[in-house]
Amino acid sequence: MTPLQIVFLIVTVATLISAVMVVSARRMLHAALWLILSLLGIAVLFVTLETSFFAIVQVMVYVGAIAILIVFAVMLTRRDIQDRDKVTNRGAWAAALAALGVAGGLVGALTGWQAFASIRPELAADSAAEGTRIAQLGMALVSPDAYAIPFEVASVLLIGALIGAIYVAGERK
Amino acid sequence: MPNFWSDPVGFLIQWLTNLLTGLGLSPELVKFLLAFLGAALLPLMAMLFVVFLIWYERKLYARMQDRFGPNRLGPWGIFQTFADMGKIFTKEIITPAGVDLIPFNLAPILAVGAVLLVWAVMPLAPRIVGVDLSVGLIFVIAAGGFGELAIMLAGWGSNNKYALLGGFRAVALLLSYEVPMVIAMLIPAMLAGSLNLVEIVASQDVPYLLLAPVAALIFFITQVAESGRAPFDLVEAESELVAGYNTEYSGLKFGMFYVAEFLHAFTSSMLFVTLFLGGYRGPFANEFPLLGLVYLMVKTFIVYFVTILFRGALPRFRIDQMLDLNWKVLTPLILAMVFVTALVDKIVVQAGGPLLVRTIVLFVVNMLIFWFSSKLLQRNVRPPRRKVSVQRPLATANVTPSASQGQDNLSA
Repeated sequence: MTPLQIVFLIVTVATLISAVMVVSARRMLHAALWLILSLLGIAVLFVTLETSFFAIVQVMVYVGAIAILIVFAVMLTRRDIQDRDKVTNRGAWAAALAALGVAGGLVGALTGWQAFASIRPELAADSAAEGTRIAQLGMALVSPDAYAIPFEVASVLLIGALIGAIYVAGERK
Repeated sequence: MPNFWSDPVGFLIQWLTNLLTGLGLSPELVKFLLAFLGAALLPLMAMLFVVFLIWYERKLYARMQDRFGPNRLGPWGIFQTFADMGKIFTKEIITPAGVDLIPFNLAPILAVGAVLLVWAVMPLAPRIVGVDLSVGLIFVIAAGGFGELAIMLAGWGSNNKYALLGGFRAVALLLSYEVPMVIAMLIPAMLAGSLNLVEIVASQDVPYLLLAPVAALIFFITQVAESGRAPFDLVEAESELVAGYNTEYSGLKFGMFYVAEFLHAFTSSMLFVTLFLGGYRGPFANEFPLLGLVYLMVKTFIVYFVTILFRGALPRFRIDQMLDLNWKVLTPLILAMVFVTALVDKIVVQAGGPLLVRTIVLFVVNMLIFWFSSKLLQRNVRPPRRKVSVQRPLATANVTPSASQGQDNLSA
């Protein structure tokens, strides 16, 4: 058992337990905090794959923006701090069945994947190589024969969401 | 065995490794222990340094207000912080009824942790850095997000309307000011061509303060706002909100917020020096790394002095003034700066201009945009009030001789 495997196992178990607690915590704020923990677990998994850029961007975007927004929304809509809702509703058994079906389908589809047996290509882990990889990512996002159009479409989508939010939250004269 | 003066960290690692393997421990365990020791020592040093920082700030702030500051305990009051620490440690930790324990207790930990995480990637000296992270700049931004989370959890977990309101205002402020801060941080990264803080320092042959003064100014203003210091200290305005989000905290938990605020101000000064003033660069810093540490501290204290000067000299802003400043002034200005800097820098570098030409061109462009934007802003400044009346003559004690002679009843 290499240390990397030990770290991977610990982080995976923590992420899965946090994900289960997100949907089964009684208080919504606790569910939001468990979500933050599971997102941090995903960031650590990115680090074990030696892509520190994605790990940091995961923390910055998911934890630093989206999770804060979720916590904000929870705080603004709960009437008091002590509310305890029922965790399940009428469709609980159907949802559990669907989740098991999706999980079974994923496991069945992935067991036949050939790449599990192959050796992962070694990425140069020093800082200069990482900088080159980030530069390649940047070039790929803006060069016309790579991914410039999806990039621009995503930014138009964000602008649309921004304008919509300002309109919905704005004052009606 | 590396020389201590030219490679202090290497020397210490070699010496400790020899010592511990001499005691019979296996090499992997020794490496792990040394890494653990390094990781534990850096935040410990930072926390111990806060003791000095609090004294320094209190004395300086007091002198700016024409008073002495702490001067009872020890010469120049240097033991005042120890007395404060003793008081905070021994206070009763009161947990109010009805608080949500997990956010309530997590908030001070996250507040201090968010600041200490930044010290891990800060280049302290030419070969001394906690982690040489290739994405150190956005690591700093991500660590700042934890601080905002801490304030929200503190406001919510206190089961107190005033704390909640203070928490909301604080987070509105922090999230708003993060936008120009992140964009202003991108400009040194663009000029250096890397997100690695060590490389940003190493490529500052000319300090980026001269290449991007407007970005430096905006970064400084947003860092003052992000630390929650005056003039942006609405979040803990004592006369308005009791104490804001840290109302219900007593004892050591309040001490953690207190320490986090001072350390955040110092850490953001250090970040400013790293990004815009050249960090540890100076004469002979490469041969003697400890000299680089000295340069970094001197420059950081100069910037910290300006931060304390802001605190002592400026009145507090209202929340709508703060948000206006952010969204109407800082964000458009920094967006314009990013476009112009990227364009001009690439043109000059592609044309093969030497460093002096690049410096002068970027500086002139910055000053032009700054002048232009201040002209635009002056249109929105309130015009001087119209004179509606002449000041009435006031009755004074200087009675003229002619008047007294006419009205003197006692003269015959």
